[in-house]
Amino acid sequence: MDPTGEIGQGLKSLIITAFGLMLIVVIPVIVMTILFAWKYRGTNLAAKYTPNWEHSNIIEVFVWAIPCVIIFFLAILTWQTSHSYDPHKPIASEEETMTIDAISLDWKWLFIYPDEGIATINELAIPVDTPVHFRVTSGTVMNSFMIPTLGSQIYAMAGMDNDVYLEGNEIGTFRGRSTQYSGEGFSEMLFDTHVTSDADFQAWVDKIKQSPNTMMFPEDYEQIAEPSIAHPVEYFSQVSPDFYGDLINSYKASHGGSDSHGEQNEARESSMPMSAQAAE
Amino acid sequence: MFGKLSLDSIPFHEPIIMVTAVAIGIIGALIVGLITYYRKWGYLWTEWVTSIDHKKIGVMYFLVALVMLIRGFADAIMMRTQQAIAAGGAEGYLPPEHYDQIFTAHGVIMIFFVAMPMVIGLMNLVVPLQIGARDVAFPFMNNLSFWLFAVGVILVNMSLVIGEFAKTGWLAYAPLSELKYSPGVGVDYWIWALQISGIGTTLTGINFFVTILKMRTKGMSLFRMPIFTWTALCTNVLIILSFPILTVTIALLTLDRYLGMHFFTNDMGGSQMMYVNLIWAWGHPEVYILILPAFGVFSEVIATFTKKRLFGYKTMVWATVVIAFLSFTVWLHHFFTMGAGADVNSFFGIATMIIAIPTGVKIFNWLFTMYRGRIQFTTPVLWTIGFIITFTLGGMTGVMLAVPGANFVLHNTLFVIAHFHNVIIGGVVFGMMAGFTYWFPKAFGFTLSEKWGKRSFWCWLIGFYVAFMPLYALSFFGAMRRMQSYEQTEWQPLMIVAWFGAVIIACGIACIVIQLVVSIRDREKNRDLTGDPWDGRTLEWSTSSPPPNYNFAYLPDVASIDSYWEMKQQPGGFKRELATKFEDIHMPRNTAEGPILSLFALLFGFALIWHIWWLAGLGAIGMFVTFMFRIFNNDTDYHVSAAEVEKTEREYHKRLEMQA
Repeated sequence: MDPTGEIGQGLKSLIITAFGLMLIVVIPVIVMTILFAWKYRGTNLAAKYTPNWEHSNIIEVFVWAIPCVIIFFLAILTWQTSHSYDPHKPIASEEETMTIDAISLDWKWLFIYPDEGIATINELAIPVDTPVHFRVTSGTVMNSFMIPTLGSQIYAMAGMDNDVYLEGNEIGTFRGRSTQYSGEGFSEMLFDTHVTSDADFQAWVDKIKQSPNTMMFPEDYEQIAEPSIAHPVEYFSQVSPDFYGDLINSYKASHGGSDSHGEQNEARESSMPMSAQAAE
Repeated sequence: MFGKLSLDSIPFHEPIIMVTAVAIGIIGALIVGLITYYRKWGYLWTEWVTSIDHKKIGVMYFLVALVMLIRGFADAIMMRTQQAIAAGGAEGYLPPEHYDQIFTAHGVIMIFFVAMPMVIGLMNLVVPLQIGARDVAFPFMNNLSFWLFAVGVILVNMSLVIGEFAKTGWLAYAPLSELKYSPGVGVDYWIWALQISGIGTTLTGINFFVTILKMRTKGMSLFRMPIFTWTALCTNVLIILSFPILTVTIALLTLDRYLGMHFFTNDMGGSQMMYVNLIWAWGHPEVYILILPAFGVFSEVIATFTKKRLFGYKTMVWATVVIAFLSFTVWLHHFFTMGAGADVNSFFGIATMIIAIPTGVKIFNWLFTMYRGRIQFTTPVLWTIGFIITFTLGGMTGVMLAVPGANFVLHNTLFVIAHFHNVIIGGVVFGMMAGFTYWFPKAFGFTLSEKWGKRSFWCWLIGFYVAFMPLYALSFFGAMRRMQSYEQTEWQPLMIVAWFGAVIIACGIACIVIQLVVSIRDREKNRDLTGDPWDGRTLEWSTSSPPPNYNFAYLPDVASIDSYWEMKQQPGGFKRELATKFEDIHMPRNTAEGPILSLFALLFGFALIWHIWWLAGLGAIGMFVTFMFRIFNNDTDYHVSAAEVEKTEREYHKRLEMQA
């Protein structure tokens, strides 16, 4: 792994530390296994043989104490890192935190920049060294939002307002994806994340503002929410004011959620040649 | 008339499925033909299908598990082949439609229809013998459990040819498994296969729990029980406590899908998070249900073949009990990324790590059993040593996953796949194969070929490392689980290595089959008349192999752990002497009610999958009537007369003398 964000790098060293701590017990176990198996092989009559020996307080103390001590240290490490790398925790920075909404659909990502009033499908751009607050939800089944080189992932669930803070510290383009299997188009539910300079980011925003397309809830959303696989990148120059909130609330209304997604169901069925739908 | 079912439900356009179906058809016809030719139907019916003999039920469980292992492995190698091909824009040979069914089926089959029946099969064969009992507490229920399990197996295999299987992953996460996103019959097959076989498992849990607590022979206090029986006891407690959660979860999903309810839907107040919590509240104890008996097998094997007492028996027991208890406190570690707060995630992460302590203690105790022993490198010992090393590595990667911070980048990657195959193959499969080789002579009276057993072990061990180490590596480059295709051509070389590992494992499975064939061919040469081929330590080795249906002519008297070993150490040793006086033995009678009730359960499940309501009604009535018939059936037991016992025992001793 070659993380480019600070969180990614921190998590990498965390994994290496945990790995190292456990080797303290894993390596002796493997060595002892091979050593004992060799030394006490049945043909080696020179080795000591104690058929009724079954207990030793000293050994018992050690075999309980060593794992306890290691797990004690790992537990401290776990408690600390769970808090310091809590995905919900804002990142301290001189730059102002930016908000982006990531919405998983069948099978693509809709990104909304509420402050800029723009939206995209399957493409992200973020200014370098700027903390980003991703608000994550879903317009379909459960997905998981992840840009592996930047760090943590978080589940996208319909009707739920989840979030993760990430920051890109290196200019470049990095792949992001859904990591949670979500059906037929899951493998191609990918997007590019451009970590850019501030100027390039502004240029990118301006480019999107040229688009004739809009993303209004619910009209435009219903169209885009229909299942599609490997959906091309799309730009939207206008977004309805609280798109993210409206989508989440649509699941809370008694029938709203299911009505507004009625077409998805049929589209899914038509893409299933093996299912028994034809029989009905 | 036939609900959703029609000729269109059969995937004639899928060559892979059709060829498989034809092959299964030919093999099936061949088996039926042979049974008919040799006129064995009556024998099968009276001696096996209707048998309430725990030993025969155990053998049937294990046989079905081995057949399903081949089915589940076929899925595995298809997946590995697909991933070895489908790089950089290539689509491979399996479209998502098919690939998604395969990884779902692979998981479901390997856990529910391979690992579980192996564990339950071994418990059936061994536990009553180890505690000096003549059968289980509820013999009819035992037979019924097996046949309900068989219904699940049949339904899963039917889905291959009639309709489709679920495309949801093995745990069928809602809302993907809801009608809206999975309108086909695949999830319904999943529901009814698991629901019906799961009820069988719950019954087994109750049965063995009661058996172990109530049917131990004289003198066998809890802390004199063989260690395998101890692990079986803990496993059955886990089954009793966790399987009802699975039953209820599936039932709620069923209500959603069949009656339009909203337990786990996106809208109307449904909660997918509740589904994930519930399924793992069962799912995590489930992995300990599988691994604890494997730990028990290793303990028995290592003590027997080092010719030494198990080091730290009491510690082993308490470690097992602690693991069983803790297994209910860690389920959230399967979804740290759902978004719970840092406090909650830390709690479950640390609870998970704590399980490593008793597990580590067990590993050390096995090592100190080997220490100052006289190790005979038989096949079961090789599986045990392979296990200690492989499982330790798997445990380590498990603890890494248990650190929530690390989990946020490792979750859903191939790291998870590599980890759980590391512990399930290295732990459960190795354990079950060790147990299979170890207790096979007890069930059949002859030993298995050591040569082919060892070949199988080396293929599995090497194959495992070649197949799964590349997946650990790939996970660090961002390779996810359940990918039908991927863009990165640089992943392909390691994917091909992993495929090759799967081929080596295929050789390991072939060796098991050859081992069985060769051993059956040479059975006279490998015959073990003593009933104690390994110089064993526990009671099951004190009776003949295979044991008579009543197991023990006289119930043994136990004064210590390793009681049979102690008897052999007495001055003059243990002699298999013919008793002077015999008495009648009270035994349960074979019964057709189990298979008949299960047949109706099969009709019921199949009808509900396809919405054939009249047939579902018929199945339900059939089950009820059969059950009532059983309740009012008073002819459920009989006495083996003293004369018959004497005759059986005399014959056995005659053979023993002839051999001597």
